[in-house]
Amino acid sequence: MSEALTLDIGEYKYGFAFPDRSVFKTRRGLDEEIVRTISQLKNEPEWMLQYRLKGLHAFQRKRMPNWGADLSDINFDEIYYYAKPTEGRKERWEELPEEIRATYDRIGIPEAERKFLAGVGAQYDSEIVYHNIRTDLERKGVIFCAPEDAVRDYPELVRKYFGTVVPFNDNKFAALNTAVWSGGSFIYVPPGVQVEIPLQAYFRINLESFGQFERTLIIADEGSFVHYIEGCTAPIYSRNSLHSAVVEILALKGARVRYTTIQNWSNNVYNLVTKRAVAYEEAVVEWVDGNIGSKRTMKYPAVYLMGPKAHGEVLSIAFAGKGQEQDTGGKIVHTASDTSSIITSKSISKDGGIASYRGLIKVYPNLTGIKSHVVCDALLLDPQSKTNTYPYIEIESEDVSMEHEARVSRISEEQLFYLRSRGLSESEASLMIVNGFLDPLVKQLPLEYAVELNRLIELEMEGSVG
Amino acid sequence: MLLQIEDLHARIETKEILRGVNLRIQLGEIHALMGPNGSGKSTLANVLMGHPSYTVTSGRILFDGKDILETDPEDRAALGMFLAFQYPVEVPGVTVGKFLKRSTEILRAEKGSFNVTRFIEEVRSLMDTMGMDRSFINRYLNEGFSGGEKKRMEILQMLLFRPKLAILDETDSGLDIDALRIVAQGVNRLRGDRFSSLIITHYQRILEYLKPDKVHIMMDGRIVLSGGAELVGELETRGYDWIREEVQV
Repeated sequence: MSEALTLDIGEYKYGFAFPDRSVFKTRRGLDEEIVRTISQLKNEPEWMLQYRLKGLHAFQRKRMPNWGADLSDINFDEIYYYAKPTEGRKERWEELPEEIRATYDRIGIPEAERKFLAGVGAQYDSEIVYHNIRTDLERKGVIFCAPEDAVRDYPELVRKYFGTVVPFNDNKFAALNTAVWSGGSFIYVPPGVQVEIPLQAYFRINLESFGQFERTLIIADEGSFVHYIEGCTAPIYSRNSLHSAVVEILALKGARVRYTTIQNWSNNVYNLVTKRAVAYEEAVVEWVDGNIGSKRTMKYPAVYLMGPKAHGEVLSIAFAGKGQEQDTGGKIVHTASDTSSIITSKSISKDGGIASYRGLIKVYPNLTGIKSHVVCDALLLDPQSKTNTYPYIEIESEDVSMEHEARVSRISEEQLFYLRSRGLSESEASLMIVNGFLDPLVKQLPLEYAVELNRLIELEMEGSVG
Repeated sequence: MLLQIEDLHARIETKEILRGVNLRIQLGEIHALMGPNGSGKSTLANVLMGHPSYTVTSGRILFDGKDILETDPEDRAALGMFLAFQYPVEVPGVTVGKFLKRSTEILRAEKGSFNVTRFIEEVRSLMDTMGMDRSFINRYLNEGFSGGEKKRMEILQMLLFRPKLAILDETDSGLDIDALRIVAQGVNRLRGDRFSSLIITHYQRILEYLKPDKVHIMMDGRIVLSGGAELVGELETRGYDWIREEVQV
């Protein structure tokens, strides 16, 4: 028998850090003065400042969730809530400070942009430092920019939609984000415009004990289509960092939005994110949510189906390794007739990791022709690891077709022995079984991201012996 | 000598199942291993391949003159050992094509660089030989296969990997006459001075097609009687009891 190698944290490929060269950083902790400072720094209009302050008060008032992942280790007073890495935003990678540029080069963003993206925003700590969009999209009226720029340049759009999908007091972490948000993306796709090539945002934390709070607002106007992709990584530190994003999506009549996340935070990051979409008549919203990294993740992408024939979909992939807890899932609210939804969740737990599926299907009263299908599959790689399933179903109409399937499986000794007897090493055999488990889901990702996800899983599985 | 088993004892958990097995197979020979249920035949097959659930408590297994007791299953496979499983396990999400390609790459590493086009042609032609639809290459490994389809897939792998020693663990059980003939033809295709096989079976029929060089009878964890092909006929008419009396196990 080969020696069992444990997955040590050094295998995380993006754990490198550069020294703190922020041009401005708020002190540790959070109070009204800090919120005002951030707002002032961004030259915000008064309405946004007031909105931030409402968020702050809600955050101070609200309790920590008494369910979900263990968050007891977060110390809000230790965190830096804002850091500006450099002056201004660049449209050319060459113009960025060398270390920041080196960071994105190592992650491979400029290369990905050249190969298969229509636009990229790159955030470093609190600010978007690079932003670019293909000119042909710009000519079609597509807006893709930092939300701060949208507040300045498109105030009517922002005021109309900002905070309408996720209100400032939705939950403690959404309130926190409202108070100190910085960076993220703003996207507007005009009626009928199809953005065939994905837009991507990349979020990088460099500092220790840091909080990143990006804010994303996507408005897909009638009959339009856009695919937005986000990725994220951070250095490995002994102290905790916090990432609390808010993402709001509006898919207007007949629009389609696909939102793909490959979350690969280092194992000292609390990832507590609120993502919600509204889909109007005949609109489609798909969340593809891959959670590989972080210490704790609590995230349940939601779709509110607001008009007839709207469709919502969540594909959730979670990998919980040593010391990790992935509390993820999806939420679909049917508020109109003839709406349909699918939630597919696949999780893998190993080395004592905990993966939990938490989902809600809600159907309002007096609706007809509702269809919903939920599948949760969990794979346990060893006896120390855990998986939980919390499916909530609230149905108040009669004409509803609802299916729910949940399965837990283990890598069996017989599967491993079979593959080993065919020449595969034990770790390659485990990886083949894990990839097989994910295969039906990974097939639905764009090729480049399927490759990326497979590679990440491979790294996580390296040296793992079932 | 290709395979040499000396006084092999093995247990699963605390239960001793093999109690002093001795067996020698020359390269080029086909051996049949018969015996009543529970006599330890499948255990022997699994122990030979290195199944981690079994513990060898004493004795030796030499393959090609090398002691393999401490060798991992994947390395035994690389040495040229192959086990056709009695109950091949399902591996969801892993296609037959992907699995065969990877295994072939590993197990035939010494035969030059891997050519995918030629490999696919080879697999297709083997599927034709085994009477399997070519669409099986895109199916998930053994998932939803009938018993007969699983057995054919095992023999297909044997033909693809070209082992020096193929252990067939009741591959003929549950097969209809056509499938049985196809399986036997598969073994006969490899037959020659570079291939040996240990055929574990309950039935005379497959041995009519395969004509073993030697036949062994296993009882209570030991090989109690060895002989030529004529033993098969004798078993068919007289059962096992006479042997039990004769060797007094």
